[in-house]
Amino acid sequence: MNNLKYLLLLTATITLTIMSCKKDETTPVTFAGVYNQVDQMGRPAINTVFIPGNMKDEYNTTIPSAQGAKYASVIQDGLTTLSPAYSQPGDENALGLDAATFASVLATDVLTVNLSGPTTFYDGTNVLTGRNLTDDVITVELLLIFGGENFMENPNLSDDHVDANDKTFLTSFPYLAAPF
Amino acid sequence: MKNLKIKMVVFTLFVVAIILVAADHIDAPAVEGTSADITDFYCFEGSSSSNLVFVASVQGLLSPTATSSATFDENVLIEFNIDNDGDNVEDLVIQAIPRDGKMYVFGPAAPRTTGLASVVLIDATETSVDITKYGESAEIGEENSIKVFAGPRDDPFFMDFAQYGAIIGGTATGFNDPGADTFAGSNVMSIVVEVPKNLLGSGASINTWVEAKRL
Repeated sequence: MNNLKYLLLLTATITLTIMSCKKDETTPVTFAGVYNQVDQMGRPAINTVFIPGNMKDEYNTTIPSAQGAKYASVIQDGLTTLSPAYSQPGDENALGLDAATFASVLATDVLTVNLSGPTTFYDGTNVLTGRNLTDDVITVELLLIFGGENFMENPNLSDDHVDANDKTFLTSFPYLAAPF
Repeated sequence: MKNLKIKMVVFTLFVVAIILVAADHIDAPAVEGTSADITDFYCFEGSSSSNLVFVASVQGLLSPTATSSATFDENVLIEFNIDNDGDNVEDLVIQAIPRDGKMYVFGPAAPRTTGLASVVLIDATETSVDITKYGESAEIGEENSIKVFAGPRDDPFFMDFAQYGAIIGGTATGFNDPGADTFAGSNVMSIVVEVPKNLLGSGASINTWVEAKRL
């Protein structure tokens, strides 16, 4: 009789343990559904600087292969009205790009990244081969917009004189510095 | 007639406010300040030259206090797009989607369809990591030679954006020397993914961009 009671108790304990373990199993994570685009970015500051306020949302939901046709002329207008270095027909920047050509490059908002070799927005030698954390992309873009053929044309508009981050980046993954 | 005039005045003020706000902030009215607001995108060779690193930041200009309660939105998919045949249409995507304190990264893999709508590629290579909490050292997830991080970081962007605004607004004629970094002392929520280059294509370069998509 004692053995039977003991056996019943043991069975009950084992059953309860199995049930508890099953309850502890995490419910499966689900990723169902369709996600619809609301924001998009390739190169830094292009939407902010060149796309008029009432077109920004549409720009963020235009796929890159369709952006050139839609936005090249608006960007070209921005260049010629915004920049004294592009106020005359035939004006070029230091890459030899006139307003129409530069606008067509900028309009398709993608970052070109080399798969071998240095990846940088501009390091004096390599141009638009990627974007790394230390690149002073704003001064590069200002020079290309305001600097004229030799980078020297509008010195007070071509450099914001902020050339480094407020914290040092890490030399290994995840590279970005810890938060404040 | 009086009602119509009032409505016109209100509408005009609304439009002006949007323009002012749009000029003052980094992004567009529909996303600025939201959990889907992309603040920045970087792509560069990793500390190992065999790898490429993708960085997306969302929710900019977070103060330290705001950072301590910032979270990724489970309804927002961050998707790195990679074109490796030069037509500016994505051939591969890397998708990052948070669930219950973890960031799940799928890919690099071909998307089901290209363009504005995405489904999560649950059958693609999956790498996950616990989302790093504010104040703790960086959690790193690593599997199949892919590394993932998700959590708060110092905003890596630097610019005298305030002075740029003054120039555009006509109250300044140029930048100051030295300038003041408008983003100094502020944080963002970042996703960092490092992948072997041989998973991205065999050409000399890729075109890449990042998208934020909402459920």
